[in-house]
Amino acid sequence: MDAFFSGLLMGSLIVCRDLWKLYRLGDVEVQALRGLSLAIDQGDFVALMGTSGSGKSTLMNVLGCLDTPTTGHYWLDGRDVASATQDELADIRNRQIGFVFQSFNLIPRTSALENVQLPLFYRGLPLRDQRARATDALNRVGLAGREQHFPSQLSGGQQQRVAIARALVTTPAILLADEPTGNLDTESSQEIMAILADLNRRDGLTILVVTHDSDVAAYTCRELLMKDGQLVGDRHRMPAGAKTQ
Amino acid sequence: MLAFIGMTMVTAFRVLGRNRLRAGLTMLGIIIGVGAVIAMVSIGQGAKETVRAQVATMGTNLIIVWPGSTTVGGVRSAQGGAVTLTVADAQELKKKVPLLVDTGWAKRDVMQIINGNKNWNGPVNGISPSYLTIRDWSFTGGGPISQADLDSAARVAVIGQTIVEHLYEAGEEPVGSTIRIKNVPFRVVGVLSPKGQSAQGSDQDDVIFIPFTTAERKLLGTPFLGIVGAIFGSTSRLDDLSEAVDGIRDVLRARHRLQTDQEDDFTIRTQVDIGKVQEGASETLTVMMFAIASISLLVGGIGIMNILLVSVTERTREIGVRMAVGAKRRHILMQFLIEAMTLGLLGGLLGIVFGVAAACIMTVVAGWPTIIAPGSIVVASVFSLLVGLFFGLYPANKAARLNPIDALRYE
Repeated sequence: MDAFFSGLLMGSLIVCRDLWKLYRLGDVEVQALRGLSLAIDQGDFVALMGTSGSGKSTLMNVLGCLDTPTTGHYWLDGRDVASATQDELADIRNRQIGFVFQSFNLIPRTSALENVQLPLFYRGLPLRDQRARATDALNRVGLAGREQHFPSQLSGGQQQRVAIARALVTTPAILLADEPTGNLDTESSQEIMAILADLNRRDGLTILVVTHDSDVAAYTCRELLMKDGQLVGDRHRMPAGAKTQ
Repeated sequence: MLAFIGMTMVTAFRVLGRNRLRAGLTMLGIIIGVGAVIAMVSIGQGAKETVRAQVATMGTNLIIVWPGSTTVGGVRSAQGGAVTLTVADAQELKKKVPLLVDTGWAKRDVMQIINGNKNWNGPVNGISPSYLTIRDWSFTGGGPISQADLDSAARVAVIGQTIVEHLYEAGEEPVGSTIRIKNVPFRVVGVLSPKGQSAQGSDQDDVIFIPFTTAERKLLGTPFLGIVGAIFGSTSRLDDLSEAVDGIRDVLRARHRLQTDQEDDFTIRTQVDIGKVQEGASETLTVMMFAIASISLLVGGIGIMNILLVSVTERTREIGVRMAVGAKRRHILMQFLIEAMTLGLLGGLLGIVFGVAAACIMTVVAGWPTIIAPGSIVVASVFSLLVGLFFGLYPANKAARLNPIDALRYE
């Protein structure tokens, strides 16, 4: 029984079946995903590893509904999103998915609070609710009192925490973190990973982290290894964070 | 939706505020264009109003008939060259054209006028008593020329304000005094209230009126009695003017025994015609300035488009982030359109301020009359908004069509 069927049976949050993604770069056709199947359960804390060019980013984009697969199926929370329209994908990103990027991607010269409000703004929530929920999300990442700071007034670790708050504020089904510690020093990296591990353990938030760094992967409970557009490794383990805390 | 527009406007102002110099330079085209329109419309309106007021001073629903054969189609002979209009014509017109409330007649010549040790050369007009009523002249002192004065060819005169200024000391009472016109003594019976400049720019107050018969017999001299320089008439309603003109033409052609293939040996002009000539000039000016303003707005619009294209490129990553957290294409489109319209409208409002200021300065410094029309302000605002919208479409569309993945990865 493959990941697809076992995933459906077990009611997994994410189920991918035979995903193919083809690009055309000039005359060369690139197969970024080659028949990849995958299931991620509610509450999983997954590290996605692999060399550059292995298809990690493409898989992230597909899972994050930023891109659609050329062929194959992708069920997110029971819904097949592989053939959704652009507007539907935007809605799914808004409600189901939280992104954390390597380069933080906060909107410059805009306060931390307003950055965190942004997804709720596009959801059309009343301004008062936006503020309340954004303030709450900033509290959860330990940035109470920094609401009015601009990104340029915050350290890298703090900026990434604002980004996490922005991803959390919509109570997404899954948080996708693309090299979240790639631009941070060791101390800040540990801080960020501790926050993610805490969110996973305490709130049961499903998290997928793309990383090169085995120290980062050590915080997770499951490690996926990609090579040439396919999954070549999938192992579960006891997270390192659980031992230290 | 309203909240979205509100928030987006806040963002737009913040973005513009961040690059004040850039925003200012971008808006310059619109500011100049709108400013020019507002200033020119104000000046144009002021000029038009002045002309209207000047035309109104000629009289009410006035019709003037001159001898000669000048037509709208071209000059056939010098105006007044033919001595074809007579007192009898004027009297007949009053009888045969019922739309005419009254008719009057006049002939004029410039002569020397003397009071004591002062002299002046001014136009002396021999008139029928009805003339002053038709021309809406009123008096500051004394009274008009009467029918008895006309019948007896009395040596009485009514003088305008300019004559008073030139012939009398300040405080000297003209009414009752005696002046000499071409050495013939006249008693001044009335002083006219001032009318100011005519639509053609001449001084309407530089004038002396005496009875027509007196002028004919004692001052001007004439080969035939009863030849007039012009016939004046008026109707009670403005709408009757053109019908009255037709009536006058029919009567005069019959009296002058003109065949159907002969052209009129007289020229008829109404107050409306005279006003139109002046308004035509200011309309040419209006068309010219709208052409200039359009070019300026076009350039301004292209400026907005250019700066927005730069902005879209600069903020590619931001657009990617917004899309990643759930912004739809239409949200991105709206955001940039609102920025474009804000630039346009802000430029327009600044332009209005500058335009109004320029108009006020024109009035104070150059003494040009200006009227700031609220309509032109509304039109200018809407137009600058539309310019922003139109020239924002392409950059906004470009932003909305970005692929979120590429946008996020953009360096």
